[in-house]
Amino acid sequence: MSALTRWIRPGLVVALLAFGALFPLIYTSPLTTTYAIDTLIFVGGVVAWNIFSGYSGYISLGHAVFFGSGAYTVGLVALHQNLMGGVTFALLPLGGLVAAAIAVPFGLIALRVRRHTFVVITIAVFFIFQLMAFNLAFTYGNGGVSTPFATWDPATYNNPYYYAAFLIAVGAIALSWLIRGSRFGLQLLAIRDDEDRARGLGVRAMRVKLTAFVISAFVTGIVGGLWVLFIGQALPETAFNPAYDLSVALMGFLGGFGTLWGPVLGALLLEPLQQEITQRFTSGYESLIVLGGLFLLVILFLPRGLIPTGKEWADGLRAWWERRGQPRPGDGLAVPGTAVAGPADGPVATAGAAERSGAPGPGGAR
Amino acid sequence: MARSLYEAIIDGVLGGGVYALMAVGLTLIFGVLDIINIAQGILVVLAAYLSYVLETHFHIDLFVGLLVTVPAMFLIGLAIQVLFMRPLRGRERVSMSLLASYAVAIILEGVLYTIFGPNTVQLNAWYITKGVKILGGAHPYYLPYIYLFGFGLAVVLVVAIYYILYRTQFGRSVRATMQDQTAARLIGIDVNRVAALTFGIGVAVTAVGGMVYGSVNAFNANSGYDLISRLLAIVILGGLGSIGGALVAAVFMITVEAVVDIWSPSWSVVVFYAALVLVLTIKPTGLFGKKEARAQ
Repeated sequence: MSALTRWIRPGLVVALLAFGALFPLIYTSPLTTTYAIDTLIFVGGVVAWNIFSGYSGYISLGHAVFFGSGAYTVGLVALHQNLMGGVTFALLPLGGLVAAAIAVPFGLIALRVRRHTFVVITIAVFFIFQLMAFNLAFTYGNGGVSTPFATWDPATYNNPYYYAAFLIAVGAIALSWLIRGSRFGLQLLAIRDDEDRARGLGVRAMRVKLTAFVISAFVTGIVGGLWVLFIGQALPETAFNPAYDLSVALMGFLGGFGTLWGPVLGALLLEPLQQEITQRFTSGYESLIVLGGLFLLVILFLPRGLIPTGKEWADGLRAWWERRGQPRPGDGLAVPGTAVAGPADGPVATAGAAERSGAPGPGGAR
Repeated sequence: MARSLYEAIIDGVLGGGVYALMAVGLTLIFGVLDIINIAQGILVVLAAYLSYVLETHFHIDLFVGLLVTVPAMFLIGLAIQVLFMRPLRGRERVSMSLLASYAVAIILEGVLYTIFGPNTVQLNAWYITKGVKILGGAHPYYLPYIYLFGFGLAVVLVVAIYYILYRTQFGRSVRATMQDQTAARLIGIDVNRVAALTFGIGVAVTAVGGMVYGSVNAFNANSGYDLISRLLAIVILGGLGSIGGALVAAVFMITVEAVVDIWSPSWSVVVFYAALVLVLTIKPTGLFGKKEARAQ
């Protein structure tokens, strides 16, 4: 790897951070920043989902449980204490903690089963929570919870939310990066590849899965808390929203399931698109068709997501480029044929190997 | 107390029979293809709308209309399998198929909303409004005929599915594929054909399910969520891939829900899912499920 390629990745990260930090100063329109906040909320949500589902291979379609619990916790405390403005951001960790506390029994039950059954249990638990939000007295049923509005300058009203969302998203990505590189992360990936074998090699599967589930829930709870502060209202059907479960999974799969940057890319691409579609089609029903169609296209044509597929293409391109520099069989040689086969084969073979090692699932692409 | 325990149990058992039929379709698809068809719920709604169109625009009786809707749903199922399920390959095939069927469900929901709008409709026929009088002590109570007819039809169809599975050559191929797909392929079974036909049959039963569901409940495109979550709970409770388990679980769950409904309508659905979670904590494979095979 040359010096240039070594600096590309950190350089990109710094550029991305700088752009993120300056974004509301460049684009001051409230509409744009609203889109940006929604998108960053989803970046945080998808990265959190990926920490559990992407790394462990257990697909959760119940993360809205944590999103909604975080939202309701923050919303209810803000309402009852009549908190508003900057101080409400201090409640976010509380939302995360409540979500994490819910994740412990939820995980203990759901993580005993695998594959389909796991997915279905997460859906069932999700419906229990949505119905509880409708039925319980302290969640105020259909009316939901409204938080007091902050008395900020309308012109820059969005900015505090933007920076909070930005910090949460960056924190989630950093956490995901740390986990991926750690022993704990490797254990998760081992479970994803072959749980029985991982267990045989001494991975305490239940403990590892549950820890990832709780961490993921904590981050999702924080994200949900920020969402309610920004929107100002949590309803049972918007805080515990089946579309959230689905969107998060879709964004994760589009970008690259189980990769570090895939979920970020998926959220950055899809959430603005989704907002745009919702704006464009007034009825909202066409947006369902477009979203579903998009989803099908991704599954059928990009089953491993943009980042792994893109990496594969890049590897192919690089191999082609390296091959180009080599003398072709017969170039500048008096005797073509057998003697040339040796040097010409070398780079081709290694490029092929690189392509193969880049291709398979979790270990390969980042 | 609005309804007696006695009435609730009758409602639950008869209603459960229809859910059993829809759940059998779902569990059959799972057994053969290793796919959970999330679209099953919205397909039931689609079938109900088909019956509705036939009834309101062409004045075709609901039961006669099944002659149209059953083949139609069969073909739709076939198309979904061939277009969206068969191309899926690779290590994430299982999760992908789940998400693909979810995507199909969203598209159908959008299409149904666009065509029929958000207002709920209900099917109409003489056997829905009229009922048979059942002696319930001081309060006589009318059970609409549709409950009886629907239950009867569901029983007939479940028996028919059993007959196909256990007494025909095709059924033997299906069961062989359920047991071991590779071995089935090796002894010359066309697994792709079996998979497509099974998906078709599994979806075709929603025609009957949708007709009865639409007669008993007012529905719109959103009802698909309600249906699929119940059906999933039933097949998981019964043990995935177990047809007998789906039958028992359907009747059990719907009866429990109907009984709890006497005391608290708003909590009955929570009890429904809580029962599922409780059973799975004790027996993770469901009531009649076999031990889950090692993941590939």
